[in-house]
Amino acid sequence: MNGEPLGTIFINACLINNFVLAYFLGICPFLGVSGKMETATRMGGAVTFVMLVTSVCAFGIQALLTALDAPYLRLISFIAVIASTVQLVEMFIKKVSPGLFRALGIFLPLITTNCAILGLALFQTNKGYGFVQCLVFALGAGAGFTLALVLMAGLREKLALAAIPDMVRGTALTLALAGFLSLAFMGFAGLGG
Amino acid sequence: MSGHPTPSTTDEFLKGLWRENPVFVQVLGMCPTLAVTNTARNALAMGLATLFVLVSSNLVVSALRRFIPKEVRIATFILVIATFVTVVDYVIQAISLDLHKALGAFIALIVVNCVILGRAEAFASKNGIRASVADGLGMGLGFAFALMCLGVVREILGSGTLFGFPVLPGRFQEWVMMILPSGGFFTLAGWLLLFNWRRQRNAVREEAS
Repeated sequence: MNGEPLGTIFINACLINNFVLAYFLGICPFLGVSGKMETATRMGGAVTFVMLVTSVCAFGIQALLTALDAPYLRLISFIAVIASTVQLVEMFIKKVSPGLFRALGIFLPLITTNCAILGLALFQTNKGYGFVQCLVFALGAGAGFTLALVLMAGLREKLALAAIPDMVRGTALTLALAGFLSLAFMGFAGLGG
Repeated sequence: MSGHPTPSTTDEFLKGLWRENPVFVQVLGMCPTLAVTNTARNALAMGLATLFVLVSSNLVVSALRRFIPKEVRIATFILVIATFVTVVDYVIQAISLDLHKALGAFIALIVVNCVILGRAEAFASKNGIRASVADGLGMGLGFAFALMCLGVVREILGSGTLFGFPVLPGRFQEWVMMILPSGGFFTLAGWLLLFNWRRQRNAVREEAS
């Protein structure tokens, strides 16, 4: 088992190795949903929640597959768990809070193909984290994802009012902005242990 | 596809390469595009792995399209894709352990590459086997081509080499930033700008003529 302290894991996942800006995970929702501040925060919340649930499930599956000596089934079972978790979360939110369900719209089912979720499950297995460490790792990754999304949304809301050439508008500009954000996040490199 | 009443197999193949290039035109599959293109070798390996998974999953999905119930089709597609990705994962591990370490978790993450699921849903589940394989080949090669575009630029500027061989004079100062994550964002932004510029210029020319 990995002996990393919990605080280091959180800071690492959230800032230093930010899933979006350092590992390039979850770029699709990052580019797609970062247009408005409100959707960005909601999306961040939903992703963090799915990450937590997936982390717990992936921990259980890994233990089971190790016991059964069938590591080649890992990828298939992870993706099956993620797909069903998202489906479950969707039904749960629909039942409990129809307002939130409508607000999230299409982004909710799309979490299934968010590589940040599968990446989280794979990384925590590779690093050999224990149960509590997995939870903290998921929380840190979710916080990092939300942070990147909210920062980007703030920048893009300002940019919508700026005068920029037509050619640069759209994905190209968003990507260049993400590049600068990523450069800025490299400044956190000395924080962890 | 609506614009072509009877698209030939060659058309299906060619559209993925250029007109509907998955990276530069559809902006899909960004995660592997940015993450593993810090050297040309990694980019090529990733492109080939994705090509294989794309063609195989298109073939299987197209062959089984009459047996897959509509309600669970996405889950079925993902399971088909995950199977082939597991195969690729073990094959790369057998061929070169170095390469497997360099690509890391991103081989497994081919599962959630939206290009593959997108082609299964939009094309293979509605078309015959021959057309689907052609479509997979075209899209896969287009994806590999885009990855190479990024990998070559990032490796030459970031380390002064191409496929590990030095190509720039010795006094060239490497731009270390290009092999870091932010370099990926900047390079892709640059390529997209180039494509936008071309498209705009063509549009202006068409108006003029």
